[in-house]
Amino acid sequence: MLAKRIIPCLDIRDGRTVKGVNFENIRDAGDPVELGAFYASEGADELVFLDITATNEKRKTLSELVNRISHHINIPFTVGGGISSVEDVYQLLKNGADKISVNTSAFKRPDLIKELAKEFGSQCVVLAIDTKLEDDGQWYVYLNGGRVKTNTKCRDWAKQAVDLGAGEILLTSMNHDGTKQGFALDITGQLVKDLPVPIIASGGGGTMAHFEDVFEIAKADAALAASIFHFKEIAIPDLKQYLKEKGIEIRL
Amino acid sequence: MKLVIVKYNAGNIQSVLYALERIGMEALVTDDLELIRSADKVIFPGVGEASTAMQYLRKRELDQLIKSLQQPVLGICLGMQLMCAHSEENNTDCLGIFEEKVKRFQPLADNQIQLKVPQIGWNNIHSLKTDLFKGVTENSYCYFVHGYYASLGAHSIATTDYVLPYSSALHKNNFYGVQFHPEKSATVGETILSNFLAL
Repeated sequence: MLAKRIIPCLDIRDGRTVKGVNFENIRDAGDPVELGAFYASEGADELVFLDITATNEKRKTLSELVNRISHHINIPFTVGGGISSVEDVYQLLKNGADKISVNTSAFKRPDLIKELAKEFGSQCVVLAIDTKLEDDGQWYVYLNGGRVKTNTKCRDWAKQAVDLGAGEILLTSMNHDGTKQGFALDITGQLVKDLPVPIIASGGGGTMAHFEDVFEIAKADAALAASIFHFKEIAIPDLKQYLKEKGIEIRL
Repeated sequence: MKLVIVKYNAGNIQSVLYALERIGMEALVTDDLELIRSADKVIFPGVGEASTAMQYLRKRELDQLIKSLQQPVLGICLGMQLMCAHSEENNTDCLGIFEEKVKRFQPLADNQIQLKVPQIGWNNIHSLKTDLFKGVTENSYCYFVHGYYASLGAHSIATTDYVLPYSSALHKNNFYGVQFHPEKSATVGETILSNFLAL
């Protein structure tokens, strides 16, 4: 059976892994290549590298980092951050990335998703959505790392993106990110039901039970977390053993 | 040993090259017919769309060459599918090395949740045969990304279950094919690549 995936996420700034809380208060969390190789050896199913400075910096730095990562890591990995063209993606794939993720640039120009899917296949196009539950009870799309609100509802954008060719959705709840209070089960579960592509839940994983919930209740295909892995609050082998014992399909 | 990776318009070839480097093997990426013909072993990777890939192979006469190879050949993912007789992906006639046919997954309702197509992620391989899987435990997990599958048949040497049981690896004479990505399947994948190189 297809296994649920555990995905450590490494936010990269100036070549270092960093972690903030609610998208703010950034702290240093180590060398991304070393950390990535460590997670792969611990049984991570996949890795996500998000360059949070990429929009303001030269792309070359990221390509070099991706190249170094792909030499050392024997599991799939996704690279995101500031990608806005077919050429950007070509450079990253050429350097060994398996998938890329797009966020703000795709929202501003949805045809980017179509172009990328046509050129490289849907399987390598991950749409990242940062979403926030507002007082009106609706989940809205946020851009630019959560700094800019839009009036578009998360479900509408996710559906449009999949129609355009997005192969997976990486869904981050801004209400939950960094809180360690559990994943956003409602919106995650909603997208799982709405869409024919895998949903990666992100934001809020703080205990092993939270991962169990996001797989069992929301039926997410994968769960992503950062700080609990970086700061060794939960070890991946322990988490996977726990989930296996709970009867969830997991690769050990 | 001269190891060649067939270069064509269906990447991601780089990942295969780096995976071989990690197990201490150098490979040449080329579409030169003579270099491929004279290699000791040939890897035919691929991620992409079947009809575009076949057109490209025909234009470069790589289709005839691959079929005629005598040394061990390993097709990966789309590479394996192209080695089959026919693919439903844009109704494409393929190389015909394996008689098995390539079909699209038809999503079935699994309890309340639909199985998603393409299949993306880690799934088990079982009913393992041949030395390609020497030292690989039954039901080991490998990494898959695909929307089309090769049906079970006389040449199946590994089976995976998704929607239905299908061929996750095929073998006939000197030709091997794997649907999963050994280059991305952690240590299990490295064992399989090493086994291929030792054939």
